[in-house]
Amino acid sequence: MRVGVLALQGAVREHVLALDALGVETRIVKTEASLDGLDGLVLPGGESTAMTLLAEGGLLDALRCLSHAGFPMFGTCAGMILLADQVEGRAGPIVGGIDISVARNASGRQVHSFETQLDVREIGSEVPAVFIRAPYITRVGPKVDVLARCDDVAVMARQGKILVASFHPELTGDARVHRYFVNMMDGHSGKGA
Amino acid sequence: MVEKGTFRVKSGLAEMLKGGVIMDVTTAQQARIAEDAGAVAVMALERVPADIRAQGGVARMADPSKVREIQKAVSIPVMAKVRIGHFVEAQVLQALEVDYIDESEVLTPADPDFHINKWEFTVPFVCGARDLGEACRRIAEGAAMIRTKGEPGTGNVIEAVRHMRRVNKELRAVLDAPEEELMTIGKELGAPHSILLAVRAAGRLPVVNFAAGGIASPADAAMMMQLGCDGIFVGSGIFKSGDPARRARAIVEATTHYEDADLIARVSQELGEAMPGIEISTIPEHEKMQTRGR
Repeated sequence: MRVGVLALQGAVREHVLALDALGVETRIVKTEASLDGLDGLVLPGGESTAMTLLAEGGLLDALRCLSHAGFPMFGTCAGMILLADQVEGRAGPIVGGIDISVARNASGRQVHSFETQLDVREIGSEVPAVFIRAPYITRVGPKVDVLARCDDVAVMARQGKILVASFHPELTGDARVHRYFVNMMDGHSGKGA
Repeated sequence: MVEKGTFRVKSGLAEMLKGGVIMDVTTAQQARIAEDAGAVAVMALERVPADIRAQGGVARMADPSKVREIQKAVSIPVMAKVRIGHFVEAQVLQALEVDYIDESEVLTPADPDFHINKWEFTVPFVCGARDLGEACRRIAEGAAMIRTKGEPGTGNVIEAVRHMRRVNKELRAVLDAPEEELMTIGKELGAPHSILLAVRAAGRLPVVNFAAGGIASPADAAMMMQLGCDGIFVGSGIFKSGDPARRARAIVEATTHYEDADLIARVSQELGEAMPGIEISTIPEHEKMQTRGR
């Protein structure tokens, strides 16, 4: 099994380390050519505006094809913004693929960033979660499963083989969320699959 | 339980900025140009380092209205600088909810001996360093991000390279040393033992390390990335050049694709004039910014 980590910018290394620890082979992805032969793709946290500009052209088109063809993808923070079908204040999705709306920077400026523990459906309780200028899920389509909430706000969701989280499991050393994604790639299917 | 301002939350934002370019801006319009070019954050300033250097006088924290104007203009993180040791300027910037504070040698130091106790703040700090000892001292004071000092406002990359190579060389020595040599190495470097233990546990600096101070071209940015930096600060290099929007975008592309010489060649074409730049040996010792701080 080989997982790509989109590496235009952001917390690439942490996802690579988390997947390494699970014995999963990883590959850095900066161009559409490096998407060939992968079994899944992680879209890390970072700045979604910068990533969008850097992906413009061939890479963005290739990502759209994959996400709409049921290819396993996991987006954290900015990665979730890229995968959402609707981004508040923007016409059209960036990549799209999961039927949710997201609000960027919904948790506020950095002084309001926080860490907490969440109960995550299908994964477990007390999952450490770091929220950094985090986006929130503001609308969920009928085929989407909400896996976790924080103060009633949806912060983790899944549709088919697309998994998204507002927070950063890659910063915590707790492997459960990455293991869930790896199992999901292996064929365990959620509600909308 | 919800916890704000933990070290993980502070250093976490720096992790999200990795592989990106942080640009100095002095107006809302410049901030929008930076964001549209793909900057991951902007540094709100009254004057860019080249102007501070040219005009002299005391350089202080930016006017709060300037910081607010820039915060309103963009959705990416907004950083701002305080003078070394000026903890009240830092309190003010925290009240303004800037996303990162740069305790910076570019401004005139406010304390001859001491830096800010950065553990007291919820907002994270980035600090400059010329060597591993300085980086470790700042981390011990609570800095959640480090950058090379370089020589700000010169458009001359040599000092940033010097500082990055020195940090790398000293890191190799710390990582290769047997355990019993660590205390003496720490003493010689001026690095707290506890931070050196964290360096060895991480196999690298325990926080993100960006390049700053003299980066003016896409090739400069890519070289610093190839030397092992996590990302790039560009101060005067963009808005003191002939075509800031184009140069900004080119530096962003070169920072992501830092190993792709064909791409760097392509984006480096027809960028207009680079900032003029200064040969370091022509700067009198007392006018060097990198020697500020302890």
